Amino acid sequence: MSQLQNFTKGFIRENPLLVLVLGTCPALATTTSSLNGMGMGIATTFVLICSNVVISLLSDLIPDKVRIPAFIVIIASFVTIVDLIMQAFVPDLYQALGIFIPLIVVNCIVLGRAEAFASKNKTLTSLIDGAGMGLGFTMALGLLGAMREILGEGAIFGYKFIKSDGILVFILAPGAFIALGYVIALVNKIRKTSK
Amino acid sequence: MAKSESTLKNMMLALTLIATVSAAGLGFVYELTKEPIALSVLNKKLNAIREVVPEFTNNPDDEMFRLATGEGDSLEVYPAKNNGEIVGYAVNTYTNNGFSGYFSVMAGFRPDGSISGISVLEHKETPGLGTKMAEPGFRNQFTGRNPGESILKVRKDGGEIDAITAATISSRAFCEAVQRAYNTLEKGGLK
Repeated sequence: MSQLQNFTKGFIRENPLLVLVLGTCPALATTTSSLNGMGMGIATTFVLICSNVVISLLSDLIPDKVRIPAFIVIIASFVTIVDLIMQAFVPDLYQALGIFIPLIVVNCIVLGRAEAFASKNKTLTSLIDGAGMGLGFTMALGLLGAMREILGEGAIFGYKFIKSDGILVFILAPGAFIALGYVIALVNKIRKTSK
Repeated sequence: MAKSESTLKNMMLALTLIATVSAAGLGFVYELTKEPIALSVLNKKLNAIREVVPEFTNNPDDEMFRLATGEGDSLEVYPAKNNGEIVGYAVNTYTNNGFSGYFSVMAGFRPDGSISGISVLEHKETPGLGTKMAEPGFRNQFTGRNPGESILKVRKDGGEIDAITAATISSRAFCEAVQRAYNTLEKGGLK
């Protein structure tokens, strides 16, 4: 597999949220607006890239029997770093995402990539994998957030384009499931036709 | 480098090493972000105060004092002064009856007890519904009202405040929080 394919696989072919259906908890909870969704995606991307790089560097050093605790410590450290930085420099976004920033630690995508990819591959390949997967996740969250914001509030990136309220259900929890279902259906359609 | 074996010594070494380096890294980032975090919290508070009371020249944060609510706790009161003369009070007040429980608002009062402005500080209300309480359309209807003359209530409860569509509980809690601030000021003899 070329590095380019390695990078682009995260967007459609192996999109962590829309194809592998990992990390749905933050995806459903934080996509009430496009900005929140993308903020969450970028935070996760940062953690993914950093942990992938560090774990691929250390993979020979870490004995197999203690690899999961070792991975978790590394991931948790990067999540805490993101948490502190966001608190300091983007307090509004930090407040909007709330508990879901610390919860990146238990996001299946991050540990999944560490276990299935970074611990078995070279550093550069792992870095590209992390970036691709992270950006694919960001794209999926942004798309989901934009869809819910447009339908639910009649706004995009905070700019309102209709006067009245939107379809309120899309802002609430059921709307998240409905929107995710449609986006997954769309991605399945694209994957089928491109085969 | 060969893969390290899962012997007790190797496992302990690897985990100790990773934990030590992580701890050092975290300590470093914590020190680095400590000041910006404190600054952003302070700025947020000062901006909220500036938004809700008439123009002032002192530093309300330095002159902050606490007033008992009469319900077993106390609220932070920030006096705003223009050239030594009191022009208003900003009160950091709260409610536990929001749709998701606790939220806090900064309520500003003129010395005669009328509301000069309100700003939402911290909340977990439903995005798109309860969050509308932070928008001017809702909170501006409080400006100029005096909670001492007519108690703040939504129309459904016989008051004069237009509740947010589909967020009556948040609106009700908002009224309660502001009323609590007023009652506390009144009790403290400061209105």
